[in-house]
Amino acid sequence: MSDVAPAIELKGISKAFGPVQANKDISIRVMPGTIHGIIGENGAGKSTLMSILYGFYKADKGEVFIHGKRTAIPDSQAAIAAGIGMVFQHFKLVENFTVLENVILGAEDGRLLRPSLAKARKELKRLAEDYGLNVDPDAVIEEIGVGMQQRVEILKALYRQADILILDEPTGVLTPAEANQLFRILDRLRAEGKTIVLITHKLREIMEITDTVSVMRRGQMTATVKTAETSPEQLAELMVGRKVLLRVDKAPAKPGAVVLDVQGLNVTDEKGVQRLKDVSLSIRAGEILGIAGVAGNGQSELLEVLGGMTRATGRITLNGEEIDLTGRHSDGQSRRARGIAHVPEDRQREGLIMDFFAWENVAFGYHRDPAYRRGVLMDNAALQEDTARKMEKFDVRPPNPWLTAKNFSGGNQQKIVVAREIERNPTLLLVGQPTRGVDIGAIEFIHNQIVALRDQGAAVLLVSVELDEILSLSDRIAVMFDGKIMGERLPGQTDAGELGLLMAGMNGRAA
Amino acid sequence: MEKMPKWADVVLIPLISLLLAAVLSALVILAIGEDPWAALKMMVQGALGSTYGWGYTLYYATNFIFTGLAVAVAFHARMFNIGGEGQAMLGGLGVALVCLYMPWPHWTVAVIGASVVGAAFGAAWAALPAWLQAKRGSHIVITTIMFNFIASALLNYVLVNVLRPKGSMDPATAKFPAATHLPTLHELLLPLGIKFSKAAPANVSLLIALAACVFVWLLIWRTRLGYEIRAFGHSESGAKYAGISAVKITVVAMLISGALAGLMSVNTTMGEAERLVLNATEGAGFIGIAVALMGRSHPFGVLLAAILFGFLYQGGAELALWTNIPREMIVVIQALVILFTGALDNMVRMPLEKLFLSLRRKEG
Amino acid sequence: MDYMTILQILDSTVRLAVPLLLACLAGLYSERAGIFDIGLEGKMLAAAFFSGAVAAVSGSAWLGLLAGMGASLVLSALHGLASITFRGNQLISGVAVNFLAAGMTVVVAQDWFKQGGRTPSLSGAARFEPITLPGAEALRDVPILGPLYAELISGHTSLVYIAFACVPLTWWALYRTRFGLRLRAVGENPAAVDTAGVSVVGLRYAAVAICGVLCGIAGAYLATALQAGFVKDMTAGRGYIALAALIFAKWRPWYALLATLLFGLLQAIALRYQNIDLGAITIPVQVMDALPYILTVVILAGFVGKAIPPRAGGEPYVKER
Repeated sequence: MSDVAPAIELKGISKAFGPVQANKDISIRVMPGTIHGIIGENGAGKSTLMSILYGFYKADKGEVFIHGKRTAIPDSQAAIAAGIGMVFQHFKLVENFTVLENVILGAEDGRLLRPSLAKARKELKRLAEDYGLNVDPDAVIEEIGVGMQQRVEILKALYRQADILILDEPTGVLTPAEANQLFRILDRLRAEGKTIVLITHKLREIMEITDTVSVMRRGQMTATVKTAETSPEQLAELMVGRKVLLRVDKAPAKPGAVVLDVQGLNVTDEKGVQRLKDVSLSIRAGEILGIAGVAGNGQSELLEVLGGMTRATGRITLNGEEIDLTGRHSDGQSRRARGIAHVPEDRQREGLIMDFFAWENVAFGYHRDPAYRRGVLMDNAALQEDTARKMEKFDVRPPNPWLTAKNFSGGNQQKIVVAREIERNPTLLLVGQPTRGVDIGAIEFIHNQIVALRDQGAAVLLVSVELDEILSLSDRIAVMFDGKIMGERLPGQTDAGELGLLMAGMNGRAA
Repeated sequence: MEKMPKWADVVLIPLISLLLAAVLSALVILAIGEDPWAALKMMVQGALGSTYGWGYTLYYATNFIFTGLAVAVAFHARMFNIGGEGQAMLGGLGVALVCLYMPWPHWTVAVIGASVVGAAFGAAWAALPAWLQAKRGSHIVITTIMFNFIASALLNYVLVNVLRPKGSMDPATAKFPAATHLPTLHELLLPLGIKFSKAAPANVSLLIALAACVFVWLLIWRTRLGYEIRAFGHSESGAKYAGISAVKITVVAMLISGALAGLMSVNTTMGEAERLVLNATEGAGFIGIAVALMGRSHPFGVLLAAILFGFLYQGGAELALWTNIPREMIVVIQALVILFTGALDNMVRMPLEKLFLSLRRKEG
Repeated sequence: MDYMTILQILDSTVRLAVPLLLACLAGLYSERAGIFDIGLEGKMLAAAFFSGAVAAVSGSAWLGLLAGMGASLVLSALHGLASITFRGNQLISGVAVNFLAAGMTVVVAQDWFKQGGRTPSLSGAARFEPITLPGAEALRDVPILGPLYAELISGHTSLVYIAFACVPLTWWALYRTRFGLRLRAVGENPAAVDTAGVSVVGLRYAAVAICGVLCGIAGAYLATALQAGFVKDMTAGRGYIALAALIFAKWRPWYALLATLLFGLLQAIALRYQNIDLGAITIPVQVMDALPYILTVVILAGFVGKAIPPRAGGEPYVKER
């Protein structure tokens, strides 16, 4: 091995964004013909590192060697020239172009299109045969599925003769079946001698396909180990820096009467795609129902319908009274008035106004509450007092109501949202991805608050793509796939394996 | 972490932008063979050196307060209302109809009636673009531009074919009845023992404009509607989560914006011309853009920027009278202000942010 | 209405459509690359003045054309600086460009010529002269087609023929060349272009520059071909009508030709007849004036087919993962 130069070698890479040190003195060697995993929590600095490698960011310090040769990568052009291809988490495709046009974009032969297109068509046929990458070259991107679109991204890289392929969280949008197909393709690419860097935060994928794995934590590379010589537990510990306690201490649920009852819910989006298919479920008082599933299988739409953000057909009752799904009272304001609180999946785009002060955000969604009102005006003094109280109770740091939301850390932003919603003592709490991008300390705190609300008798609907979170918080688990509820399980009587099969659209018991 | 202190954002950046615009304007004046310093002195003398000058400065400022507020309110909902000109034209039509065809006993009653109808006409002209934006996603910038031209054609037709008195060659309405004539600052200040120029057109509308500033401030920062407008302006997805109706906010914000633009015509049509003429707006709707940008969409900032532009207008008229600097020099200055405070904002902002960051690093 | 009248109206349609067409194609390049441009009006106006001024001084319409293109390019560069380099608001930048041109043309005109913001009247070689196509006079007497050829097709200035040639040229560039592919891509998804190793900034500046050149020709045409010299505000909203035509054409070259010819026809009719008497009703001239704008609003409202602008239009490009 030692006589072969690494395909990629990084030496002492550092990168800061303003006061934030995203990458600190990172060194790594990726051997040719291997699949090298890079694992770490959200915000650990994985994507920044790869963006440096692809010429998107300029490193403050450090050197890059490609196949043993020191290489400067000032822009994507240089990365491509060095044989690096990148498949981004969010695809970089022109939606109304065909597959063929997307593939040749930037890699055309000559000034006229016709010869380029003809050549690319032939080349795509060859690549399809070599790697099992079948895609219709004349299909328009916006009309094909995400799995196909990802193939186009891989084809783009291969068409540019990349021999190093970087994939950033490639399975986030894929079903387990599509993910398996992707892994088979990666296998073949490795067999053909390509070097692959796989960035992910999913331990299962690392264990399944990589040869070597590097772990990142808070901008630093904490370890590089052979996959065969490690275990998920060890990697998890390296990722978070201490033994993880994923179990939440909670007493058994004491479910009361049915609070939420959903019957035959259907949602079709503006593109005409059916997002929810005949969804029925119910939650009792004092119970947490967890919804497991791969992102994009209807969980978001379910939350949105219940939270009054999306219209739907079907029938929903709250404590026996029907909820308006299409009319004047189908908006978020009406839902809040009925005692439904909502911690949305994306706090920066939905849960908070990033340029508003903390105290303004504490009124967000409840700004028409009479408690915050004095005559025709808003009672800002009362609101600021209320905010200070909530910030103290939920240990928001710094506890300053006059700071804008964007100046809090992710965990503290989420605490502001959770404080606002939970302090309403809702009948039903909707929670989406409560701990995404939140530090460990805040995760525990937020989990305990959700359990405490349950114990007061509220019904809780929890949506999370983190299976561990679902398993440790829920009293009952429903799995969603392709807009349908695939089945319900009790956390004590199931495991990640069975849930995984359901999430892939296979009935766990039958398979 | 804030990149720089708030005062720098609110005061320093507009001042630097203004300075850049001033320097470039001075260069232009120099290039056409005039002395910028002498020009400035003449402008100050002409616009602020007498109550006559002040009367004109404040008259123009009154217009710009209204149109500036109109643009600012729409900005808060993240909409660019470039149609203030057309909305003000329609406002003028409303004011003219009210003054001509309703018997008013006294100007105090007439001004209320005219304000209400002028605002309503302005709002009505903003309503369709607003509705199209909210319901059909038609870009409000383009539709409001189109509505400016349509308003101009409409006004042209009405003045030439309908409202023009028989025998008159002038495309304008008849003179409004005396009971609708608004008192000028001269008449208002005389009882207080203050002598103000009789010839200057500044009138009681100035007080309406100041009231509008207070109204907009209360609306945007102290009411629930204002909260919703700002929330929607900052984040459409957030507004959806909070149950704030995009359609309602888009339409309501534009109606308020159009109403403010329409109110401007009380000053020009009822207060000054005392009849409706073609091109009564004289581009004030567009100056509102510069005023709102410079005033950072805050009513107090708008007030200051409006007075500044009032000064430029009156001073510019003096220059055109006494020097070789044509009136259009103001349009150049206006363009430069829009350019630096609006489009090239980052050119000023980015180096400043770096400066403050490195200053803080040194302290830390 | 006799045949000759129709021909004359159509002839005037062509003359009036040309500046709209050039400006519309200019906007097409810019907006297809994702840079909204409401500053077409200002660029045309600046070009009209500088072409008129240089033609007046040098006596050469061609030198005037170069000067016009130069002036328009300067404003394009300013728009590019604001909206590409400094990622400012493209709409506000366009507004600034329009005012800058409206003010500067008069200020400079007054300084140079002291004729109240106009250039001296142009004549001779300082203006673009009509070109008589071969055989136009000889064929004039052929029924129907003869006058058509002589009146409508022949007898325009070279700029008219250039403008019409720009339509197929633009189509070809857009859909048949590498540049066109990249240009369309950068207006739809600049990140795709960037990650493919092509400079987003470079492409957008190129598009804005082409826009400047075409606006320059349009302005020069106004001052040195359609009319004999520059007068204050001589573009008279044509930049906005071109913008309307661009939306009407849904950002496509051949449709741009049709849209601008339609709007040119409306102008030609409005110019020839004050009020159109249709027997029962009379259409006032103001309706003809407002019709392009009304039609555009109808199109924008999506009642007659939805106009979908380039998806990345108006958004400054910021690299992100």
